[in-house]
Amino acid sequence: MNLLASESEVLAPLASGWFLEHAWLIPVIPAIAFALIILIGKRLPMKGSELGVLSMLSSLVFALGAGYQWIQRTNSATEEQFVAPVIKSWSWWRSGGFDFGIGQHIDGLSILVLIVVAFISTLVQIYSLEYLRGDRRYTHFFAALTLFSGGMLAMVLADNMILFLLGWEIMGLCSFMLIGHWWEEDANSRAALKAFFTVRIGDVGLLVGISMLYFAANDWTQENLELSGFSIRGISAWALSGEPNSTVIMIAAVALFIACIGKSGQFPLHTWLPDAMAGPTPVSSLLHSSTMVVAGVYLVARLYPVFYVGLDIPGGGGNLIVIIGGITIVISAALAFVQNDIKRVLAYSTVSQLGYMMLGLGAGAWLPAVFHIFTHAFFKACLFLGAGSISHSASHHSFDMKRDMGGLRKVMPLTFTTWIISTLALCGVFPFSGFFSKDEIIDNVGYNGYNLFMIIGLVGAFMTAAYMTRATYLTFFGEPRGASAGHADHGDTHDTHDSHNSHASHDAHSSHNAHDVEQSHGPHESGLLITVPLMILSVLAFSSGFLNATPFGESWERMKLWVEPRSVEVVEETHSGGPGESLIITLPIAKEGQSKSVCGSAQPETGICYAPQLNHAPFKWLKAMMSMAIVFLGIAISWILSTLLFTKSDPRLVGLTQRVKILGLGHKLLVNKYYLDVLYEKVIVRSIAYPVARAAYWFNQNILDGLLHGLANSTRRISGWVYKNVDQLVVDGTVNNSATLTKSLGTAAQPTQSGKLSQYAALLFSAAAVAALVLVIINT
Amino acid sequence: MFVNQFLLLGAILFCIGVYGVVARKNAVLMLMSIEIILNSVNINLLTFALRNGSTDGHVFALYIIAVAAAEVGVGLGLVLLVYRNKKTISIDDLSEMRG
Repeated sequence: MNLLASESEVLAPLASGWFLEHAWLIPVIPAIAFALIILIGKRLPMKGSELGVLSMLSSLVFALGAGYQWIQRTNSATEEQFVAPVIKSWSWWRSGGFDFGIGQHIDGLSILVLIVVAFISTLVQIYSLEYLRGDRRYTHFFAALTLFSGGMLAMVLADNMILFLLGWEIMGLCSFMLIGHWWEEDANSRAALKAFFTVRIGDVGLLVGISMLYFAANDWTQENLELSGFSIRGISAWALSGEPNSTVIMIAAVALFIACIGKSGQFPLHTWLPDAMAGPTPVSSLLHSSTMVVAGVYLVARLYPVFYVGLDIPGGGGNLIVIIGGITIVISAALAFVQNDIKRVLAYSTVSQLGYMMLGLGAGAWLPAVFHIFTHAFFKACLFLGAGSISHSASHHSFDMKRDMGGLRKVMPLTFTTWIISTLALCGVFPFSGFFSKDEIIDNVGYNGYNLFMIIGLVGAFMTAAYMTRATYLTFFGEPRGASAGHADHGDTHDTHDSHNSHASHDAHSSHNAHDVEQSHGPHESGLLITVPLMILSVLAFSSGFLNATPFGESWERMKLWVEPRSVEVVEETHSGGPGESLIITLPIAKEGQSKSVCGSAQPETGICYAPQLNHAPFKWLKAMMSMAIVFLGIAISWILSTLLFTKSDPRLVGLTQRVKILGLGHKLLVNKYYLDVLYEKVIVRSIAYPVARAAYWFNQNILDGLLHGLANSTRRISGWVYKNVDQLVVDGTVNNSATLTKSLGTAAQPTQSGKLSQYAALLFSAAAVAALVLVIINT
Repeated sequence: MFVNQFLLLGAILFCIGVYGVVARKNAVLMLMSIEIILNSVNINLLTFALRNGSTDGHVFALYIIAVAAAEVGVGLGLVLLVYRNKKTISIDDLSEMRG
């Protein structure tokens, strides 16, 4: 009786709501807006941009509504109850026994990313209103930007891998369109192609992974959950069921992770990300903060059970994800030191931060990694938009820190303040948001037994602090240089900058000349449409960390409560409640010692697991102080070196790389980006493409052409014979002869056409007489 | 009833008409010859109608008279126009239709 009572207690139905049930509208709105902008955008008063901004705003409202109702849903559940995701699915199309669904999978993770994407997209679109004003492809820019966000939103709430793939590919396409927005310049279209193809390499992995998972999981999911093998829910449950063959799931996880390497710019496919700076700055901001690059991290977080089991994450020591993540953190942070282009510094910083997210996911620190997606989106978007603000209003569309910036803190106080806040957040200084996520990642990585990678994380934190200090010094401190000094010859500077750097990523506007006039007054603060998004973002860059502030105790860990799926074994009864909907009742199993779930570590006995049991490192102030000390050390060393180096006050440092050979070699290695681009373009592409091309040429010349020549010759001979005998004699003969016959007949009949009426009458009557005679003869 | 005599009269009138159409050069005379042919047809129709005791032939004969009147009207109009333009009504001079 007692047991029954407690069971009916936990059976309390989970709260739901309109926004949760209709979350699928969130990506549909931008998709419709995209179509409208393309169709009628040019005729609207604001050239279609208002449609983009409005659609993102309404998506944001829907996402926030869904977020609010999700929080209510988690609150309505008991402590140990699995908060079932709100799933809706419809059959999209059927083909040969495959049922492809379309639908939504709404849980804490997807809601979190939905809100972030919709929020950043809204701000970026507002920012773009000013930044791209007068652009030659203004309408198309907003169309692509809207579709880009729509693709990300669709991918985030996908309930199955097919829809996920669709959103993933829409983003790939839109990133190509947006990076190559100013395709008239060769470097830009080259960067767009590079981004597209590099990501494409990874996409092969996604296709392989999805199909492997389908064929491996379909039987199990159909039998136990009545779901297809594409369903994310089904795959997660299958991965934790203890059923899957360890080799199969391992290969599937590796294949999926290759896709993440491509999309999230992990080593060794990170090379496309810095080149993606060729696009307009708002695009870089969106691409690097919330959409596109986060997609890979999201995939790992979404299908976490697959990676958890496939790559043996609880085992500790090292696996593919942490190794790739660790390498990425360090090498990209090192590259950020030698960049002169402010956006490239930020790009390598993004790569490095994505490395942190991967490191966290790979080491079982799921929640800190997901939280880092959240906080990183705000401060990185703010940094990029800040860089855009500088180039827009101060440095005359140049992003070269050494040449065209410096000393801007006085003329751009708002941009400077927001930049500093975001930089501190990025470096992970307490109490800025980055601290609560990044430090948690490092802490949990160590706690889960990945000690080596914890050290790498700390080294990365040191380097992050150092390169951001260098960038900040070059941009905002010191003497103004180049365009930001208001030189009258900035036009020339601009041109030499172009020719000097083949990957020049300056934002060239069509309203260039208008700006020239404006710029003659020298650098100034940007307009409200630019600074207001910056301020909003900087406020969040500071405060978003408090949503999961582990140092202040359990009650501050909101994200853990709302986002992390509870690792509980559940028994499910599925009732189909009408077309396209299924009502799922979850019954937690009453078990003793429930605090430790078996999910992820052993085969669940009676129920189904959807999330593995994860550890959370207890927060220790000592460790936090240590990492803080490392960060401040990085800032201090970098500040001193920057001051000495860039003011050229200390002769010992100037030209150091020229004098010390080893340092020179290192510098050269970094400037050339570890020769990875050379490796890819010159070695790999050439070694594959050239022999293939040569073989194809040989095949073409000798076999195909031989065949063709032989064919052509015999055809010619046959056709010659046909021409002579069939065509000339038979066909033409027939035609000619019939013509001759007609002609002679006509000539013969000509005299009857005399024009004499009486003659005609005679003919008529004689014909009538003949006819009458014939009639008489026949009738008798 | 002497059907043969009536039919013979019809045949003779037809032949006269044909001769007139073929041999005469005057357009008006040609039209008159056509009228003779039509009337020979009328005689034939009436003869068979009387012989078979039906009124069909009479009705046809009346129709033919009406059509012939109209045809003569058109024909004479044409002849008048030709005369106005060419100052002649000789059929032999009107040989523009030669092929």
